[in-house]
This record gives sequence, structure tokens and C-alpha cells, in this order.
Amino acid sequence: MKLLEAKKLTKSFGGLMAVSKVNMVINQGELVGLIGPNGAGKTTVFNLITGMYAPTSGTITLFDGSHGKTIHGLKPHKICNAGIARTFQNIRLFKDLTVLDNVRIAMHCSVKYGLLSCFLHLPRYRRDEQRIIDESIELLKIFNLDGKMDELARNLPYGEQRHLEIARALASRPKLLLLDEPAAGVNPAETAQLSEIIRKVRRLFNLTILLIEHDMSLVMKICERIYVLDFGSVIASGTPDEIKSNERVITAYLGEDAIDA
Amino acid sequence: MVKQLNKKALIKPLALLVTFFIVQLLIQFNIINYYYQDILATICINIILAVSLNLITGFTGQFSLGHAGFMSIGAYACALTIQRVPTVYGFIAGVILGAMLAAFAGLLVGLPTLRLKGDYLAIATLGLSEIIRVMFINLDSITNGAAGLYLQYRFVNWFWLFVLTVMTVVLISNFVKSSHGRACISIREDEIAAEAVGINTTKYKVMAFMIGSFFAGVAGAVYASYFYFIEPNLFGFSKSIDILVVVVLGGLGSLSGSILAAAVLALISSFLQSFAAIRMVLYAVLLILIMLFRPGGLMGSRELSVAMLVELRKEAIAWLKAMPAKVLSAVRSITKGTGKHGGDKSASKGRFEG
Repeated sequence: MKLLEAKKLTKSFGGLMAVSKVNMVINQGELVGLIGPNGAGKTTVFNLITGMYAPTSGTITLFDGSHGKTIHGLKPHKICNAGIARTFQNIRLFKDLTVLDNVRIAMHCSVKYGLLSCFLHLPRYRRDEQRIIDESIELLKIFNLDGKMDELARNLPYGEQRHLEIARALASRPKLLLLDEPAAGVNPAETAQLSEIIRKVRRLFNLTILLIEHDMSLVMKICERIYVLDFGSVIASGTPDEIKSNERVITAYLGEDAIDA
Repeated sequence: MVKQLNKKALIKPLALLVTFFIVQLLIQFNIINYYYQDILATICINIILAVSLNLITGFTGQFSLGHAGFMSIGAYACALTIQRVPTVYGFIAGVILGAMLAAFAGLLVGLPTLRLKGDYLAIATLGLSEIIRVMFINLDSITNGAAGLYLQYRFVNWFWLFVLTVMTVVLISNFVKSSHGRACISIREDEIAAEAVGINTTKYKVMAFMIGSFFAGVAGAVYASYFYFIEPNLFGFSKSIDILVVVVLGGLGSLSGSILAAAVLALISSFLQSFAAIRMVLYAVLLILIMLFRPGGLMGSRELSVAMLVELRKEAIAWLKAMPAKVLSAVRSITKGTGKHGGDKSASKGRFEG
């Protein structure tokens, strides 16, 4: 069953085709990898899906059962509320706020009280705030961050900041989670831990995940299907084994000579 | 547990009530005379202005230089209402009308300008408050132009000052603690990340701007009714800067800082009245000194709390306890260190003992 479908997705910045005619399907419950050399347009694809950019042409459809909704060109917060959350390549936490606040902010769309309750702190406000705190702590427990919930995000070690960003993304209860290089700058032990966490949250939240990653050991280990981008186009797609032996992929990564050698 | 909670929840209202009645009594017995009452009114008005601007600039991170413009809308709306209905009900209606109109102006101004960032937004809001000022100058038939408006009655007394100031602080502090307030803070922290976690940044920027303008309108209404007289030039560029100074000095993102700074600045400036000639120079020097020693403002982004006071008390006591030893060793080193070699030695010894 399809969850997300991109058709002929294109984005040009002036004369530069960052993404050109990308077709992509992500099925419910899948863990899909998106790889490619630097500057291939991977993050641009993420920015198109999450509404940071509007596509030059092409469509993106998010499916809810058999009912599809086009989401391209919507504002990022609408796309987030439709069920797509993301993390960033260069961590974008609310650095001067506490760990708990980082997660609470992302729960904003589930808040049930209105402006009047928030000015007067009516009982409805108290109940809902308590629920938000409880759910946030539950979420932080999964990442072993519940002991640090009153620390400022900037004081966390790098690896935990990456974890917190995933926790924050999950707080908006997404159906599809986009992870932009979650293992960048993380040591091998932490990478192993990360793949464990990705597996865990996927099972717990019934998630579908699209993942950009340069760490091939991680990608080949956890992804079920892989799309390879080069110069803005999809040059290959398939299972990890198919991708490993694909000549075009090897050429893109290592150059023409690599195959002859 | 429940009892404790109730006790805690009662402390603040009780403290407020006590403050109110003490000041009321002092006014009754003329210990707080008319001169001090004016200072009190200035402090209250500045608190309302600073707290509301802090919501826009300190919490939401939108650099606004147009707060005096919104204040003037409240002031004129209230003054014109009181002229037509010179009763306390007229005053209440004037406050409400002024605040609503100011909030509406905030909406009109906010929608197009809040897509600008930083300095550009500051310039745009500055320009818009100038437009409001020039409009009041030129609407001769209604506002009496540059000559300004005189009111015959004063309806604002300590009761109204107190009620409106406390209301403003409580409502804005409640807002900031709510999820909507956190949404505003997330915009200040990282606008792109805020959008990505599902926060409609435009909506919350405009909301913060409207709420801030609303209370600026309240402050303007109180000002008009307390000081009898308003003219467009009272609400110029320099007034906006004055408010911003209070906010920055108190600490961006700290409501108690704004309150503290509003009081401190009003007291400093009234104290300096006796040095009329060099008053502004001294004022500026004091500001520079405060900013040098507390670059994040008096309170940073923290709030005053009981725990903090306890901490402060501990530090003060420790400091005071260490004082005698410090003074003693300082005195010793001065008295004994007058040239002779041996004296020097014992002085340094004394210092180690201290």
C-alpha cells in the first residue's frame, strides 16, 4: 500500500536543476534509503517533501488508506500536521530551551485548549499540559533522555542531540519520518546504537521511514529499498544487494575507471 | 500534598493584595504624595509597555520599534471616549476600545511586515509608528492635531493602575507558559525548525504582535487618563526606544526583568531630576554601566522566583561573612605595608589567614 508518491518531481534554482523528474514511491511501513554523492539533490528532495521548497513542477501525494492528498506547495507546518516529520542534516534543535521543551513544542498541534484557557489557565489547560508532559516523558524514555529533560539542549553531547531531534520529530505523531543523515558525525558505537533506535521506534510507532545517509554500512544493514540520486535524477532503485552491484551506482560514486579496474 | 499546593498558590495573590493595601494606605496618609504618585503611575505604565513589548521582542524574537505607535492609538481612543462620556464607565470603555483598536492595528501592521526579519522588521515597524503619529497630527478635526488633547477628569487612580498592571503581567505570563507561548518562543529559537515541527509561524508571530499591541493600547489609555494631556509627539520614535531600553535592560525573555527594569529606570530618572542639566548624560552612563556588567540584562532570560531569592540570600550571607576577614586583611596590608620589609611579610601572611 502506497504512503507517499512523488511524480516527475522537479526543482530548479535559476539554471541549476537540483532535482529533475524524480519518481518515487514509498509504501506503508517501509524503511527506504536515499543515497547519492554530495550535491546529488537528496536534501532538496527532503525539502520538497516537507514543504521547505515548492517544486518547480511535479506532484507529491500523501495517501491515507486509498485516499490520496496532494501536498506539494503546502506550508511546512501543514505538511507536518498531515503526518510527515523530519530531522535536519545540521541539527536544528531549540538549543537554548530544555530537552523537555523541545519535545513539548512539537506536540503543539495536539493541544486541545484555546486562547482563553491559555490566558486564564483554566482546568482544561492544566489537564492538557499534564498530558503533554506525560507523553513527552514517555517519548524521552525511549531515547534514554528522560533523566536529562531539564537540561538545555545545547549542553547534550552530540549523539544525544541527534537522538533528541528524532524524539522531537516523533512528538508530532508522524506517519512518515524523514531522517537527514542521522549518523553524520557520530562514532561507530553510536551508529550501532542509532540503527537499534531506528528499528525500535519504527516498530513502536508503526512508522514509515525515508533516510538519507552516507554511512553505507548503516544503509545496507537497515534499509529495505534504496533510491540512488545523481545530478538530481534517480539513477537506480532496488534492494541493497541490487544497488551494491549496480554499475551506474558504482560509476556515480567512484568514477568511470572503477569498473575497468 | 494538596494543602501544600493550595498554600503555594495563595502566596502570590496574598502578596499582591498586601502590596495594594499598603500603597493605598501610604497614599491615604499622604506619605506617597502627588509627586511620588506620578512616579508610581509612570512605573506601572512602563511595566505594561515593557511586558507587552517583551512578548513581541523577547519571547517571539521580532524586533519591533513601533510600540509607541500602538500606545498612541490606545491613548487617543481612550481620551476621545472620555471626552464624550466623562465618567468612569467612559474610561473603562475607552481602555477596552483603545486596546482593541491597537490590537487591530497590530494585525494590519503585522500581516505584511512580519515576513521581514531582524533589522528590516525594526525599520518597517518604526516607519509604521511614524505613519500613525503623522496621521494623528493631520486628523485635526478629531485629534486637535499637534496641539494635542486635554482631559478634564482623571479616572485612573492607584486601584486602576494596580489592577491593569497586574492583569497585563498575569495574562502575558500565563500566555508565555502555555503551548501557544512555547510556539512563540520556538520561533525566536529557530523559525525553520518551528515550521518543521508543525507550528504555523506566521500565525503565532501575528498573534504575539496583536497581544503585545493590545496591551500597549491599554498602557496608552492609562497614560491619557492619568496625565490629562496627550499630543502626537509624545509617542514618537524616542518613546519606542525608551520602551525597548526597559525590555533589553531587564532581559529579553524575562517578564520579572522587565518589571524590575521599569521600576529601576523610573526611579533613576526621577532621582536625576535634581541634576537637570546633566540628567540625560548620567542616565546614558548608567545604562552603559548596567549593560557592561550585565550584558544579558538584569535578569537574563530567567524569571524571579522564591528559589532564586533563597539562593541570593545564601550568597549574600556568605559574602557578608567573608567580608570582615577581607576588610581586616585589606586594612592590615595597608597599615603594615608602609615601606618596611618585615611589615610586608606579615601583611601577606595576614592575607593568607583571611
